[in-house]
Amino acid sequence: MADSALHDIPSVYEPSLFGTYSKKIGMWLFLLSDSLTFGALLYAYSYGRISTAGWPTPFHSESIVNATIMTAFLLTSSLTMVLAVRASVERNAKAQTLWLLATMACGIGFIVLHGREWSNLIEKGLSLPMFPAVPGAVADPEFVNVSKTVPQFAATFFGLTGMHMLHVTLGVIYLGVVALRRKFIPILLALWLAAWLLIPSTSPFHYGSYVLLIAAIVISIILWLKPKVYDSSDVEVAGLYWHFVDLVWMFIFPLVYLMSAKIL
Amino acid sequence: MDSTQVALAERAAEEQRHHSKSLFFYVWGALLAMTAIEVYLTYQNMQPGKMLTILLALSIVKAALIIGYFMHLKYEVSRMKWVTMCSVVACLILMTIFFFPDAFRILYLGVK
Repeated sequence: MADSALHDIPSVYEPSLFGTYSKKIGMWLFLLSDSLTFGALLYAYSYGRISTAGWPTPFHSESIVNATIMTAFLLTSSLTMVLAVRASVERNAKAQTLWLLATMACGIGFIVLHGREWSNLIEKGLSLPMFPAVPGAVADPEFVNVSKTVPQFAATFFGLTGMHMLHVTLGVIYLGVVALRRKFIPILLALWLAAWLLIPSTSPFHYGSYVLLIAAIVISIILWLKPKVYDSSDVEVAGLYWHFVDLVWMFIFPLVYLMSAKIL
Repeated sequence: MDSTQVALAERAAEEQRHHSKSLFFYVWGALLAMTAIEVYLTYQNMQPGKMLTILLALSIVKAALIIGYFMHLKYEVSRMKWVTMCSVVACLILMTIFFFPDAFRILYLGVK
């Protein structure tokens, strides 16, 4: 869009400084601030890695394959998100909903694989003091040693990837609201109930599932106060958030997983 | 939204309609290919410093593709591009200046 074309839109206000609508600028500002949050976490991880002799390399081939599939899920979700935005500007509501649901499916696939990987690591003994002990789990001496000698590895790893997983979860919920609006609230509550009942209380995800309940309450309040049909600008803004989550993973995957891989 | 906002949103939508769908598939393919290269390098047991340089370079290219094409920043006005990218890059450079010399000092001199 040419800069000179911005001033021909009739308005009661001054022309937009950045040549686009306020919601989009607001989301960009949020994403800039969020990039500093992730920047700080990535720097903390890198600082720990540089300043600590004997930094562990606990990711074997199985973890690398798992993380690669997770990356493919996120990249594919970005493509389906772009197609959802395109469907929305073409005013094809059915295609828009389907592409948004496809994006959510990829996001859920990512969360499930990530959750499985976390659970494996915790079972093997790579854990944080706040995580409940897993009864009957046979700890791997390599991982128990890591937790004792380099505790900052588990702290930064779970902190960074946990923050990202939370963002992906909130992104899936955000897209669910844009795609299904009020119909998504009972689905979210059912998901929370299923997670609460099916995930054992020894898993951190049992308590993490409260995110779904809190989100359901917040969404109910928002949709009750301001019910609306989401248009193409809302889909585009939601897409910005989703692509950002993908973008952050493009740094976490090589810096955390690939640089700490031990291929036997 | 007021009329200005609606007009701006309409203009953004009109911009998107002109983009070829195949372009997004090419970008997606390039991102997957670069990920495959990263994983391949991991299996080559390279020297960590060299590998970090290559991985970071690939990550920056991937990030640029996502921001430019998927997040549509390539098609925004130049003011938007410069303000957003310069501010975040400046903050990250500041973090680098503050953190990394100290991290290397601890590694080579120990904690005093």
